[in-house]
Amino acid sequence: MSGVAQQVDGRRSRGFLPHRTAAALRHFALRGTAIVYLGLMVALPVAAVLTKGFGDGFDAFRDAMARPGAWAAIRLTLVTSTIAAGVNAVMGTMLAWVLVRYRFPGRRLLSTIVDIPLAIPTLVTGLMILALYGPNSVIGGFFDDLGIRIVFTPIAIVIALCTVSLPLVVRSVQPVLQELDPAEEEAAATLGAGPRTTFRRIVFPAIRSAVVAGTLLTFSRCLGEIGSVILVSGNRTGRTLTAPVFIFQLTSQFRPAEAAAVATLLFAISFVLVLVTTRILRRKEAAA
Amino acid sequence: MSTTAKRGARGGHAGILAACLLYVGLLLVLPLAGIVWTALKPGLHIVSDTLREPDVRHALLLTFQIAVITVLVTTFFGVIVAWVLVRQRFHGRSFLNALVDLPFALSPVTVGLACFVLFAPGGWLYPFFNARGIQINFALPSMVLVTIFICIPFTIREVVPVLEEIGLDEEDASRTLGASVWHTFRKVSLPNIRWAIAYGIALSTARAIGEIGAVLIVSGLIQGRTETATLFIFRAAEERQLPQAYVVALLLAAISIVLLLAIETFHHRQEREMHSA
Repeated sequence: MSGVAQQVDGRRSRGFLPHRTAAALRHFALRGTAIVYLGLMVALPVAAVLTKGFGDGFDAFRDAMARPGAWAAIRLTLVTSTIAAGVNAVMGTMLAWVLVRYRFPGRRLLSTIVDIPLAIPTLVTGLMILALYGPNSVIGGFFDDLGIRIVFTPIAIVIALCTVSLPLVVRSVQPVLQELDPAEEEAAATLGAGPRTTFRRIVFPAIRSAVVAGTLLTFSRCLGEIGSVILVSGNRTGRTLTAPVFIFQLTSQFRPAEAAAVATLLFAISFVLVLVTTRILRRKEAAA
Repeated sequence: MSTTAKRGARGGHAGILAACLLYVGLLLVLPLAGIVWTALKPGLHIVSDTLREPDVRHALLLTFQIAVITVLVTTFFGVIVAWVLVRQRFHGRSFLNALVDLPFALSPVTVGLACFVLFAPGGWLYPFFNARGIQINFALPSMVLVTIFICIPFTIREVVPVLEEIGLDEEDASRTLGASVWHTFRKVSLPNIRWAIAYGIALSTARAIGEIGAVLIVSGLIQGRTETATLFIFRAAEERQLPQAYVVALLLAAISIVLLLAIETFHHRQEREMHSA
């Protein structure tokens, strides 16, 4: 540290501006850069979608919803996202628990594998499902013989959504579990509580917020997912067409206003959900 | 605890572990193995054959270009935004903070749509760029813009907590000893946040390479011109040229897993430095 100081000693008075003015200028230049960057890159596009969809009232929205399969698409996206979020809420919490509390060979490997969906292109995930469960594949053929079609049905959509959103609950719950002192659980067990009671009474209250936050993140991620879904769902109007693919189709048919209305609806759903749930959680925590 | 209860608990542990391994195995390990097997089933020559195709080469080059520009922009501005959010207090700071997270909450399709709407005829920015003869939609600029939008939060969300953690002491000391602001940043702050930046770069690169929803809308899907690697996979799969689709997908999967391993390394490094500090 002293080396750094010596090296730059005497530089303080260099420059033509008084020290304080220069500092203030720098301050505002940095802040201005941040504001302009986020304003142009984030706020402007979002405002553009909102205005395009609802700038002329609800006309664009009504037009979009009057198209065949529009409501079915929104319903399908809501249902499949809810299922995926529910499954990953349970499995993600269990995975976080296993990764934090258990010691077994391959734990580090499991931790890395859980993160794969964060890095791998979602379209590649879709192609993986196609390769594994497609009509000409081993597993797909097996299920075909049983009379169960996976690819090009809502089952494939749920599998895709579960896969791409797998890490979200795990990574939300894991740090909280790490902070939790096992002594409390041991005390509960010593006092005769079974593992289930210990989990319900000691562990779950501590991780509840993290589980809910992770589940919400999963749900809103699933609402907008397209890459992993578009190849495996078949995109049949009214049957396996999801809302994001519907938005994509509307845009390619040069109906941006209608697309924007549907996009705004999706965004509003996840936004309201997050708002309501954080409210409830905060109230519960205040009461506890 | 009685021995039966203990055994029961151990059985419960084994059951939970088995359920987790089964879930991860079915959703991730098996499909990964499946794509390796399916891609390489025709023989290894399929890899070199596919990579020699001009469409594939162009697609990979385009993805590379988009990823590089995206990472440069989001890293440079990301560090500035993180710095301002942590070190400055002003009205509207929490609003700015919320803006950073917005790309996480939006569907990539919506992002693509936003760019399309802004630069299409009748859009707010159309007159400006049209008058100068610059094409944004269905060309490289729009594809870069949407990818930047989607990658904005990564670097910022990695750097902010580290800047908060290290506090002001070291920076203040350096400034008091006469170092300039820039010098303080380079010699004191930057070494502290370098792993967070590396982490953000790796995450952004992976996301930029894998982006599909937004570029699907703004690229116009012009074969050999605005076709990224993921768009090539999409078209090849739709046109039933599955072998090529599988090979390029395998390549992207391999790149992203290497990036993931880099991310984990950066994370461990950073944690070790935090604890030793």
